[in-house]
Amino acid sequence: MTAPAQPLLDTALVERHRALGGRLVDFAGWQMPVQYAGILEEHRAVRQRVGLFDLSHMGEVWVSGAGAGEGLAAALVTDPPRLAVGRAHYSMICAPDGGIIDDLIVYRVADERFMVVPNASNREVVVDELRERLAGHDAALDDASLRTSLVAVQGPRAMELLAPLTDIDLSTLRYYAIAEGHVCDLPALVARTGYTGEDGFELFLEWDDALPIWDRLLDAGRQFGIMPCGLGARDTLRLEAGMPLYGNELGRDTNPFDAGLGRVVKLDKAADFVGRAALAEVAAHGPLKQLVGLTVEGRGIARHGNPVYATDEGVEIGVVTSGAPSPTLGVPIAMAYVPPADAALGTMVEVGIRATRTGAEIVALPFYKRAAP
Amino acid sequence: MQVPDDLRYTQDHEWLRIEGNEAVVGITEYAATQLGDIVFVELPATGTALDAAQAFGVIESVKTASDLFAPAAGEIIAINESLADKPELVNDDPYGEGWMVRLKLSDPAAVAAPSDHLMDPDSYRKLVEAG
Repeated sequence: MTAPAQPLLDTALVERHRALGGRLVDFAGWQMPVQYAGILEEHRAVRQRVGLFDLSHMGEVWVSGAGAGEGLAAALVTDPPRLAVGRAHYSMICAPDGGIIDDLIVYRVADERFMVVPNASNREVVVDELRERLAGHDAALDDASLRTSLVAVQGPRAMELLAPLTDIDLSTLRYYAIAEGHVCDLPALVARTGYTGEDGFELFLEWDDALPIWDRLLDAGRQFGIMPCGLGARDTLRLEAGMPLYGNELGRDTNPFDAGLGRVVKLDKAADFVGRAALAEVAAHGPLKQLVGLTVEGRGIARHGNPVYATDEGVEIGVVTSGAPSPTLGVPIAMAYVPPADAALGTMVEVGIRATRTGAEIVALPFYKRAAP
Repeated sequence: MQVPDDLRYTQDHEWLRIEGNEAVVGITEYAATQLGDIVFVELPATGTALDAAQAFGVIESVKTASDLFAPAAGEIIAINESLADKPELVNDDPYGEGWMVRLKLSDPAAVAAPSDHLMDPDSYRKLVEAG
């Protein structure tokens, strides 16, 4: 028996997605576009020109007060008090055993105001954990997710497209920085962040403002060859860029060191934090598994959950976490967990794709890195 | 959404074009659209004997892999070799150049009349409209 399904949430743009031919799917309780014209075409638009994404399903959780930074430092693996105002960093919230509850972006919008952006699928658990972990700190939590729209403009032409439409000086907005201002004369927080491996911006907006801004960006972007892009292209873009996805590369049974994200964990920070002892142990002895990149032979696609075998003895050594045909490289790519002893670059392994075993080579991540501007 | 009048359709969104004792098999425009960009089609060798409803191949799109099922029993007498290099033909022309296999039917009489397993175009249109 399954519980009665919750009604799906709609972003402010759902009717636009329909009108643009978007195919809507259930994603983390939201009705979201997986694609419009096609994943490959949308992917290429972002790599070569510019793409527009509705990411309003993502969470926006504000933590404010004199003890906000210190409270977050106790709750997360990073050290938010060290962020300058207007800067952001990638972070994670871990369980006491070091397992990853979610990966997050933390923005310091003002001295005592932080915005934490969790994945849609983990928003509620992150809010609950943060509430509990912030108790005793002079910090107030406000989950603004259902009144905040998020629109991303990603790709090499993103700057040219957005600059004339905002009063924020984008040329001085650094990577992983955020500024308050306006887009199309409507209030906006504009961050130079993204999940595509390209330059680009994420616009945090009042819920209903997403619609006029989306329309204006699509219209103004026509001269650059803009395309509306769905979650399908977002997934292939982030995979090429070697970025982990919660539920695939990251989860409760994975710690940051497994995922190659040990550098994110600030074991040297002043605050004690949830998971510290377990993570210090992993740092000292090394993780039991290691995330690697694979290029797969032939045209079959290694998918999440497919087994990885050692080539010589044929024993199962690991598991594929994500896989897709790489539109940029033209070959199937994947990420997988294997034992550290088998993780050397150039190692040949085999991936079980349905009934057959297909050769694959362990290669460096990311698969794709954009040329320096 | 095209549903040509001269074909039979399955619940799995495949089509069958009956030509005497043989039949050509492919997937419908609806299926191709739902799958999105098709990047790989895995087909068996000619000479393979199939039972009705037996899985015989796989279509990979960017997001997902899905099985192909034999709409009727028979022996594969030809496969669409073009799909090896141009899987996008399935998206571009699902009822034409995107065909998958040609079967020699084991029992041509069994497929002669429409049924729940091999629907006429109107029944299939209703299935698609019902989502």
